[in-house]
Amino acid sequence: MTTQPRLVEVRARILKENDVLARELRERFQRAGVCVISFVSSPGSGKTTFLEKLMARLGERHRIAALVGDLATDNDAARLGRACRQVRQITTGTICHLDAKMIAAALEGWKLEDLAFLFIENVGNLVCPSSYDLGEQMRVVLLSATEGEDKPLKYPTIFNTSDVALITKIDMAAAAEFDREAARRNIHMVRPGMRILEVSAKSGAGMAEVEELFAGQLRVAHPRI
Amino acid sequence: MHELSIALSMLEQIEEEAGWHDGSAVLAVQVKVGILSGVDCDALSFAWEIAREGTKAARAQLEIERVPLLVRCPECGMTHSPEIQAIFCPRCITPEQDILSGRELELTSLEIA
Repeated sequence: MTTQPRLVEVRARILKENDVLARELRERFQRAGVCVISFVSSPGSGKTTFLEKLMARLGERHRIAALVGDLATDNDAARLGRACRQVRQITTGTICHLDAKMIAAALEGWKLEDLAFLFIENVGNLVCPSSYDLGEQMRVVLLSATEGEDKPLKYPTIFNTSDVALITKIDMAAAAEFDREAARRNIHMVRPGMRILEVSAKSGAGMAEVEELFAGQLRVAHPRI
Repeated sequence: MHELSIALSMLEQIEEEAGWHDGSAVLAVQVKVGILSGVDCDALSFAWEIAREGTKAARAQLEIERVPLLVRCPECGMTHSPEIQAIFCPRCITPEQDILSGRELELTSLEIA
């Protein structure tokens, strides 16, 4: 028997499963009152060093946990573990991004209610993480002063889907002949009005502003604090 | 390259749909890919060829509709389609624009036999 081909309308989001799971995570984070911030960047832009320093500062007053994604090794978790006790490495194997399912699995056994902040360090990649919602409250994209100022123009989607941009390694700006104004202009071309902060984890420059920004986010997540 | 993950997610949905509609084979698959979706169309086509093997869509043609960025200016109300590297209103130069479309990553329809 041969049947006539039929056209079936579907109209479904391809990443529906991830989006549904991310929404559930977001609701869970809100109920627990934990402020969840994710970090994306290319490899080597200083995510781990920045987080180490940030957690050392925030850890004096707040309870923090971190999830860190990499294709292989648990080196980053070991580094972050020196700044905070509750760290889990997500080893993705060949997958170039974190997704909501990996986050949900990695949180197994953690009491979110006890936490003020949960930081998620995504796999170093400026392309793939942009498609996956992780249920985070804020997505921060890092661009280091040792990379090109035109990175935002080359990878517009990740900048467009992020909430805040951090220019890291700002202590290296002069040596790398990094054009700060061009970088800011390029970020605003792909994401108009985006908040941009310049930091150096090494010298501590700009870290107080980041702390202030995240404290503001904490008040959104947890109005009692 | 996360397009293989995307293709596998698509195939899961396709097999489920084809099952509901009592279809034995999927002849064509139509998808919409927004320019701000983070998905590369060439990489998706390449991944599709590999991922579809052994499924109901093993011989299905993948038809991709690229959705450009469409925004509206919150100041002057102009609707326009800027380059993603230069988002601002060409009429009043307001930078922040409301995105109307361009983020789509959607399985639109299937041709089933």
